[in-house]
Amino acid sequence: MMLNKLSKLFLAALLSLLAAHSSATYDVNIPQPETVIAHQIYGLHLYVLWVCAVIFVIVFGWMFLALLKHRKSVGHKAEQFHENTVVEVIWTIIPFFILVALAYPATKTVLAMKDAGNADMTIKVTAYQWKWEYDYQQDGIRFFSALSTPREDIEGAGKPKGNYLLEVDNPMVVPAGKKVRLLITSSDVIHGWYMPQLGVNQYGIPGFIKDAWIQVDHPGTYKGQCSQICGKEHGYMPITVEAMDEANYNSWVGAQKQKLAAATEDPGKSWSLDELKVKGGQVFAANCQACHQANGMGLPGTFPALNGSKVVLGPQAEQIQIVLKGKNVMPAWGLQLKDSEIAAVITYTRNAWDNKTGESIQPSEIKAARS
Amino acid sequence: MATSVAHDHDHEHGHHYPSGLLRWVMTTNHKDIGTLYLLFSLFMFFAGGAMAMLIRAELFQPGLQLVRPEFFNSLSTLHGLIMIFGAIMPAFVGFANWLVPMQIGAPDMAFARMNNWSFWLLPPAAILLFSSFFVPGGAAASGWTLYPPLVIQQGAGVDMTILAIHMMGASSIMGSINIITTILNMRAPGMTLMKMPLFVWTWLITAYLLIAVMPVLAGAVTMLLTDRHFGTHFFNAAGGGDPTMFLHIFWFFGHPEVYVMILPAFGIISQIIPAFARKPLFGYASMVYATASIAILSFIVWGHHMFTVGMPATGQLFFMYATMLIAVPTGVKIFNWIATMWKGSMTFETPMLFAIGFLVEFTLGGFSGLVLAVVPVDITLHNTYYVVAHFHYVLFGGAVMAIMGGVYFWLPKWTGRMYNEKLGQWHFWLTALGFNLTFFVQHFLGLAGMPRRIPDYALQFAEFNAISSIGAFILGLSQLLFLYNVVTTIRSGKKAADKQWEGADSLEWTMLPSPPPYHSFETPPIIK
Repeated sequence: MMLNKLSKLFLAALLSLLAAHSSATYDVNIPQPETVIAHQIYGLHLYVLWVCAVIFVIVFGWMFLALLKHRKSVGHKAEQFHENTVVEVIWTIIPFFILVALAYPATKTVLAMKDAGNADMTIKVTAYQWKWEYDYQQDGIRFFSALSTPREDIEGAGKPKGNYLLEVDNPMVVPAGKKVRLLITSSDVIHGWYMPQLGVNQYGIPGFIKDAWIQVDHPGTYKGQCSQICGKEHGYMPITVEAMDEANYNSWVGAQKQKLAAATEDPGKSWSLDELKVKGGQVFAANCQACHQANGMGLPGTFPALNGSKVVLGPQAEQIQIVLKGKNVMPAWGLQLKDSEIAAVITYTRNAWDNKTGESIQPSEIKAARS
Repeated sequence: MATSVAHDHDHEHGHHYPSGLLRWVMTTNHKDIGTLYLLFSLFMFFAGGAMAMLIRAELFQPGLQLVRPEFFNSLSTLHGLIMIFGAIMPAFVGFANWLVPMQIGAPDMAFARMNNWSFWLLPPAAILLFSSFFVPGGAAASGWTLYPPLVIQQGAGVDMTILAIHMMGASSIMGSINIITTILNMRAPGMTLMKMPLFVWTWLITAYLLIAVMPVLAGAVTMLLTDRHFGTHFFNAAGGGDPTMFLHIFWFFGHPEVYVMILPAFGIISQIIPAFARKPLFGYASMVYATASIAILSFIVWGHHMFTVGMPATGQLFFMYATMLIAVPTGVKIFNWIATMWKGSMTFETPMLFAIGFLVEFTLGGFSGLVLAVVPVDITLHNTYYVVAHFHYVLFGGAVMAIMGGVYFWLPKWTGRMYNEKLGQWHFWLTALGFNLTFFVQHFLGLAGMPRRIPDYALQFAEFNAISSIGAFILGLSQLLFLYNVVTTIRSGKKAADKQWEGADSLEWTMLPSPPPYHSFETPPIIK
């Protein structure tokens, strides 16, 4: 069956290669650099590449000359020399000077890329399994950014298209031309905030904050991905940075603040079971499904099943504590989700699949449990 | 000569060693153990290769078609571990077992029983690795580098992997002690250190590297184990630890480990090229010094694997300069090999083809290594397919090509039978084609920003991934030719000459018949 599937795939890809569809760009170099540092990286790479290419041609030109002329089939007799101190000293020293010539400009760029001081603004980037959080420290804006490609496109029901696997729900937005300092960390495992066009690739390490900086040349949308393996959804945590001119950026900040204000909810409001189940289903799909699976069966040995689970069918207080504070691999969702979202998703798990408790949990109970 | 062979023969009849399967389980003979190592390595090469085929099949097209992401991660993790600890390292130890005693004029390895134990630790370790796929949670899925905290999250497969690493590490340490003792104490009269064939020299240095770093790896994975099960916090910031510390310890092992996998390859190439150029190795002494320099430098460059952890500028600069320095002794070796060919009288049998293939591919891998040593460029290429391309150029184009060249070179000596030359040439050219098709385009993928260890990718990476997968299938299938050639040589190859290669000059060619007697050099030869 696997073979059959394989041969079909093989044919399909051959056909698509022949058809050379319009998305084919055949990029063979680093993508268009968009920051001072990225420009320097781009130049350094070409410089080193050309030096290597010249050495390659000289050294292997020499070898191929030998392969052509000094072979037995053309009657060449072997000479028996086996050392020559002068030659050996020369080919030890020349590479050394070539290396100095490579290291000098690289050193200047290293010092520049490490200088995150005098920034116009600071954004704290926190990685989670498997999304990013951007915290605009001066403006008090804080939001999550996760993959927005529909699951069907990935699993094969739909067809990969457009910015497949590179699109996010909420991009990180920065003002173009301003020096932005990034404080990068993680809440669970090591991730990598990698933006090739912006010249940044920095691990987010849980418990430590590392810095980097960007100053984007032009307004535009730039794409990147998590670079460090971080679990099963590692391939599904893209990064999008949108650079805007100052006016647009300011109105974006205004809109974000309004949105945050509007999202403040009445903690005392009582929700119906159906309202909670609908909202809970959405929260589950966005946050829980990757591990516990849509059918609630989890992945044996790694992620426990929720369907029929003792915790989900047991006392509410215990489940609320686990969701709020996390356990083993399970993150502390209290840091990421609002009271109403936690109440809804717990209600959902207690009423989905074969779990039929009929219980509903109100946001006010979550609020009480937090304290 | 003839009388000494006859003597050996009588001697064998005096011994009663078990026959059949037990002969292999109980053997303390360096040739038998060398054969066991090589067969084990061949098996693991195909097992790890099958995993690579599955990885490339999944990456053939965008979208998830064949495997789940978590299983994909296990595949890439186990592919790495199996190829490194199961295929390449045991292959070199197999070469050492067969060749070191014969090349220095010794009857066997110094510690014959320990030699048996070193090998027989490996199959249980391999069983642990394979069976970890079937425990709840599956095999380790953190990449072969096993970074915490990710590896702390995973299931019992990780514990089995840690145990397997301990066993393989113990095997390597014992093997190394054996090799060092043999080389330093059992050389024939007149075989001074600076007369030893370069293969012996490279293994002497490699063995010291292994003894220095395998315990470091053992310590690192033991800390993982106690973090996982016994409440320690070596790598957990919440308990005062630091995940970055694991990276430092791991790569302090990891970089010398890379040279463990390439120095013996240098040794093999240094035997093959002079033999087919019919001319002595150029710059023997500088080859020895260059190998030693590379080994020493390997201890101070580990930081280049972790430029993106956010180390201070001075740290990045130190590791960049130290890494670049490695190009100097490595360059010396390349120049010496080409100078050996220069004004020689070359023929191009399969071993020589692999040696030349090694030179070209390994040098390309060296160049991409130089590109990656430049910190700012590494920042944009770290953890992308560029890195995948780089280390496959040095490990497949380098180590594996050297191993294959070495097998074709010494198979006539080991078995007394000649391999099929035409098939060998086909194997080389298909391997070279498949290899470059697979990995050259991965440089472009990495430059364009495709991260490694992802089961699915954005559409702009589709074309090169399809090409890479087609190359991988060619590469994988053409290895069956190798298997076929080796098996038919052993079973029914034509009789090989005692000195099959005109230009070969080490003791196994000049003083021993093909195949060599079960116990060679019971009376040490006198080296003038």
